[in-house]
Parts: sequence; structure tokens; C-alpha cells
Amino acid sequence: MDARQFAYSPSELHVNPGDTVTIHLTSTDVVHGLYVDGYDISVEADPGQSATLTFVADKPGSFRFRCNVTCGAMHPFMIGKLTVGTNDWLYRSIGFSILAIFGLLFFQRSPLLTDN
Amino acid sequence: MELTRLPLLKSALKSRYPQLAVFIVMLVGYIFAILAGLIGTPVGSHNFSIVFVWIAWWAILILVAVPFFGRGWCAVCPIPLPGEWLQHGAVLSPPEKKPKWLNLRVPKMFRNIWLQNIAFLLLALFSSVLLTTPNVTGIVLAAMLFAAIGLSAVFERRAFCRYLCPVGGFIGLYSQTAPIELRIKDKQICVTCEGKPCYNGSANGYGCPWDVFPGGMTKNTFCGLCMECIRTCPHDNIAINLRPFSADLAKPSTRMDETFKAFIMLGSAMIYAGVLLGPWGAIKDAAYNVGSGAWISYAVIFLAIIFILLPGTFYLTVALTPNISLNSGGGETIKKQFAQFSSSLIPLGLMFWVAFSLSFVLTNASYILAALSDPLGLGWNLFSTANAAWQPMLTSILAPAQTLALVVGLVWSARTAQKVNEAGASPIPVIVYCFVATSIMLWLLL
Repeated sequence: MDARQFAYSPSELHVNPGDTVTIHLTSTDVVHGLYVDGYDISVEADPGQSATLTFVADKPGSFRFRCNVTCGAMHPFMIGKLTVGTNDWLYRSIGFSILAIFGLLFFQRSPLLTDN
Repeated sequence: MELTRLPLLKSALKSRYPQLAVFIVMLVGYIFAILAGLIGTPVGSHNFSIVFVWIAWWAILILVAVPFFGRGWCAVCPIPLPGEWLQHGAVLSPPEKKPKWLNLRVPKMFRNIWLQNIAFLLLALFSSVLLTTPNVTGIVLAAMLFAAIGLSAVFERRAFCRYLCPVGGFIGLYSQTAPIELRIKDKQICVTCEGKPCYNGSANGYGCPWDVFPGGMTKNTFCGLCMECIRTCPHDNIAINLRPFSADLAKPSTRMDETFKAFIMLGSAMIYAGVLLGPWGAIKDAAYNVGSGAWISYAVIFLAIIFILLPGTFYLTVALTPNISLNSGGGETIKKQFAQFSSSLIPLGLMFWVAFSLSFVLTNASYILAALSDPLGLGWNLFSTANAAWQPMLTSILAPAQTLALVVGLVWSARTAQKVNEAGASPIPVIVYCFVATSIMLWLLL
């Protein structure tokens, strides 16, 4: 994976749950890091150098990874996305939204609970 | 529930000294933020202006102040103070009868929030630079201070706050959802009140700096909670009340400037979530490289989403709603319903901003400790926290918290849409619109 101000390439990774993941991070300009939310692991790469991060993807879901070495103005927004398996939380959240809406409509139709 | 029944609170609000004390602290902080931006380190994450304005202040504003206190921030905002002091020729003393400077009335064509909409969009289009570059933040903060002074020199009252402030515009929009309000107690007292000192001023205080007559006020949008009317009302007829959330949205506005404010804020939250928190480096490059061809494309797409895509699809949604089709009432009916139903986007937009800000703030909050000890990035270590390591906070609860915020926003907006169906129009299409927008926001954030 290449890191440059202020993006990773590739910026989205998809792996299977339980996979042993090895990321070779190569910085193409200044010092960059890679910190994975949820896994709380990180690696740093000097300019023109590579660094390696290996971990077991034992937590399913979607996680942001981001630069953890101040690398310039847009550093706080140098972000990528790691998806382990499927992004179940997203689908559950959308399902939760649908349930909440149906719940609201149901309660509004209930003669005991209507406020009109 | 009337909060001003509490004697301690009422005396604190009537006295100018507690508010002045907060004002002075805020003004010192504001001026320091300008200086830090201009002379401090160019590294944003280590500069007071970026860390305290765009992380600490923004977190307090969008996660606490606006949802729970409406225009509570405006009550202590330091930006209008120097201009107002110069305009009055006084800081605390009773107003003189002869106003200082020109004291002109703002022309009628500008007495709306279109200038605030434009000001917000201007900042939004440059936000990638503004949020990350200390000297740009310093210049913008200074420009707002001087614009407020300039407008106070030319126009009466707080013309900057009421008609130009890019932050005040959206605070006013979302203040309608807050569980707090300033209102009169008895309308008849206002009708018979001689001289209307709440609006015109008296020996006890200034006429409403926000150009609002409290006796006719039905929503929070333009009340800056400055408390002058509490001081000037000779009949003790002004109250601060606790109330249900979003009480103002029961009778939504039909003004297009306020309608489009809802789309501007909703669209900006979604675009920010994609551009700033998404994994797409090319879009970040486009947003950051102001003036480049890519940035121009970004700006055009940004404006197209806000002024064409979101309102256009919403208009079609409303037009296709049973009972308000073109056949039943014509374009005027649809336009009115378009404006009224857009009020359902106000709680949705507020919660979009809450969800977006949770991610941004929790990830970057640890910079606050370092900036506190070394606000200018000059190697100081005032509180022994200058070397505090960057560490995202509460990442394990971030996704649940964002989901909760967005689902609450969706249900809240759906409930608002249900209350707007004055003409008997079904709220279902609008609820579907809100659901689609929420799903997109979930996809962008999760």
C-alpha cells in the first residue's frame, strides 16, 4: 500500500474474517503512519521506505484506518477503510432505521397513543 | 416550565456582570485564536486556532449547545462585542438616546438569511483549507470580527449576527429544535405596553440587538438570547422556558431562504462525511487544492447537490404526494408544501451533523491536551501535556453512537413530517426521502 499526502492507495481493503493480513506500507513523500481503528495497531513508514504491519483480522466489520503521524495540512483526514467480511453494522443500521419508521407509523395509528 | 421563576437564574440574567465576565473570557480566547492562527505553528493539529476552534468549540457547539440550548452560543459569542460597544459608546452603562455612528436600517432586500446562506457556502467550499490551515482560520476569524465592527458602524443593532454570520444562520435554523425558548408570558401586556422598551430600549437596557419584537416572536430562529428584553421589560413579561424538543416546527416557515438553509446544511453534512471522512483521496485533493480545475469541479458538484439534487428530488417527492398533486392546488400549493415539509429536514440535518462531528471530534480530541500546553506550537509545555500522544477516543462506541444519532434524526424528522400535513397530504413520501438520505449518510459514515 502506498501512502502519500493525503491518501492511501489502495484506500479500501477487503479481507475475510480470520485472515492473517500483512500490509506493506510505502511512503512516497513524507513520513506517514497507518493506525487501524478498532484494532488499535499502527505502523510508520519513512519517506521512500516500507514498513510492514501484520495482524489477524479477527474482528468483523468496517474500520477506518488513518495516518497517525502529522504529515501536513490534511493529515487529520488521511483516511482509508478496512472491511473484514461484510459490513454487517451498516445493514443492521439500515434495518434498524426501517424498524424505527414502521414503529413510529404503527404507534401513530394506535388510538391509544395518537396525539391528534 | 418557566426557568426564569428561579430567582438565582433570573437575577443572573438581569445583571450584566455575569454575561460580561463570560464575554471577556470568550473575547480573549477569540483574539488569542486569531493570533495563534497568524503567528503560531503552521501545523494545524498543534495550533490553538485549529484545535480549539474546529475541534473543541465545534464539539461543544454541535453536540451540546445547539441541540440543548439553541442559540445559547450566540448569547456568549464575542464576535459582535467590539462593534456593539463602539456602536453604543459604552460597555455596560445605559444607552444614550443619540446612537453612535450611522445607525442605518438594513435595506429590506437583505433582511433575510440569504447572505448567511452564501457566507456559509463560501466557507464550506474552502473548508478543507479553512479547517486545516491555521493562518486561514486566523484570517477568517479576524475578518468576521472586523465585518461585525464595520456593519455595526453602518447599520443599527447587530446586523452582522442577524444577516451575515455564517454560523448564526445554521444555529438559528437548528435552534427551532432546542428544548429552550425565550417568549413573552402574556401577549395582552405587550399589546398595551407603551414605548415597547424591549424593542426600542430604555434606561435599563438596549432595544433588541437582533431586531426582533419579543411580543410577536413565535420561534427561536432570530432570537439571540442576549437577555436585553429581560432587562428592559417593565412588566416582567419575558420568560425563558423549557419546552418539548422541536416545538417551533409545529408551524413551519414558508420562506425560501430558510427552506434552502435546511438543504444547505443537510447537503453539507453529507458532503463533508464523504469528502473528509471517506477513503477517497482524489476527492480530498480536489477539495483542498483551491483554485485548481479539480476544485472548480468539486465546487460545482457541491453546489449542484445542494441547490439542484437535494431540493429537486425533494420537490418531486412533495409534488408526487397524494392530495397535493398539480391537479389539486397548482404550483403555489406545491411550493408551500415544499417549504413546510422541508422543516422535517431540520432535525434530520442536525443529527447528520451530530453523527459527522462525533467521528471527527472523537478521533481528534486528543490534540486538545497538546495544544493546551503549547498553543502556538513554539515548544512550550505549560501543563506538561505538550507531548500527549495522539489517540482516537471511544472508537468502539463510535459506530453505535452514530447509528443512534442518525436513527433518532430519522424518526424525529418523520414525526415532524407527520405534523406538517396541514393540507391532509401524506407524509410518507417525505419520510421515504428522509430514509434514503439517512441510508446514504449511514453508508458514508459506517
